[in-house]
Amino acid sequence: MAHSNDAREALMIGRRTDGTTVRRPLSPHLQVYDMLQMTSALSIMHRISGAAWSVGLIFFVWWVAAAAAGPEAYGRMAGFMGSFIGVPILFGITAAAWYHILAGIRHLMWDFGYGYDIPTTYRTGWIVIAGTAVMTVLTWIVAIVAWAS
Amino acid sequence: MIEQQTRLQPPLGRVRGFGSAKNGTHHWWMQRVTSIALTPLMIWFAFSIAIRAGEPWEVMAEWIARPFNAVLLVVLTAIGFYHTAQGLQVVVEDYIRPDRSVMVVNMAIKAVLTLLALLAALSIIRLAV
Ligand code: HEM
Ligand code: HEM
Repeated sequence: MAHSNDAREALMIGRRTDGTTVRRPLSPHLQVYDMLQMTSALSIMHRISGAAWSVGLIFFVWWVAAAAAGPEAYGRMAGFMGSFIGVPILFGITAAAWYHILAGIRHLMWDFGYGYDIPTTYRTGWIVIAGTAVMTVLTWIVAIVAWAS
Repeated sequence: MIEQQTRLQPPLGRVRGFGSAKNGTHHWWMQRVTSIALTPLMIWFAFSIAIRAGEPWEVMAEWIARPFNAVLLVVLTAIGFYHTAQGLQVVVEDYIRPDRSVMVVNMAIKAVLTLLALLAALSIIRLAV
């Protein structure tokens, strides 16, 4: 029997009554999955947006810490966020956050048992994509209007 | 693919002690509960900041310091970092091998996230009191 150093691989091995082993199929992963399908693309996007938002939380911590430290520290933070490096980062966090929230609500809908058929899956998928675009642009319109006034 | 079993230790014996089946259901459930709580909190936060874009320190610090806002921000910090730690744990478990490294990386992530969460909470409370 092939050696395995990982408990999770052992879980994939079953045994017949005669003692011979059978390797169970693995669930889909990046190398075997057709990433051009909307289902798989949106699935992995939820993971990517969650990871991106995790990194984005650093800017939240920096923001409150700078505010607590005083006007100079806050000014440096705000200066960076308003720069040509800061604005694309903020825009990226906004888009990742809206995608993660909307796709997360889609997850919760599945958890309540709704929307598993293929047409509904595609419809809610498009709603998440369109919703991300709309909410990201809306958030930035609000910010730019506030900035300008 | 059929292979011959060549050791006496059954597969279950190898799996026991370091496999799955720890607190999976609780983990899964808490990921749902925290995501439900975070949805209104994050939308509130995003638009609260957006409508104050470009405001100076005086305005922002005063906004954070208001009791209602400060409480919600601390709650957002606590639930947000919990959700993030749990979420990243799953990603690490899926992509990192072997089990030893998974444990080390997850401990490191949780240590960093705990420090960041405490820094954020302390900053908010310092402004508020
Ligand atoms: C139609 C496509 C897919 C379906 C139906 C599907 C289905 C599932 C199901 C039922 C689970 C178990 C969830 C759970 O344990 O709570 C799962 C977990 C997972 N899937 Fe997929 N999956 C799909 C595509 C993908 C793709 C494309 C990837 C990555 C490239 C992926 C990565 C994962 C990972 C990493 C997990 C474990 C995370 C977790 O347990 O929450 N999946 N998937
Ligand atoms: C502080 C902000 C947030 C961060 C940093 C974050 C990060 C993450 C990460 C890294 C994961 C793991 C992804 C995976 O296993 O593929 C995750 C999962 C999840 N997130 Fe978030 N998240 C945040 C806010 C939210 C919000 C507001 C929702 C609202 C619906 C949400 C819903 C979910 C759900 C439902 C899952 C589980 C998905 C699954 O089982 O596959 N998250 N999050």
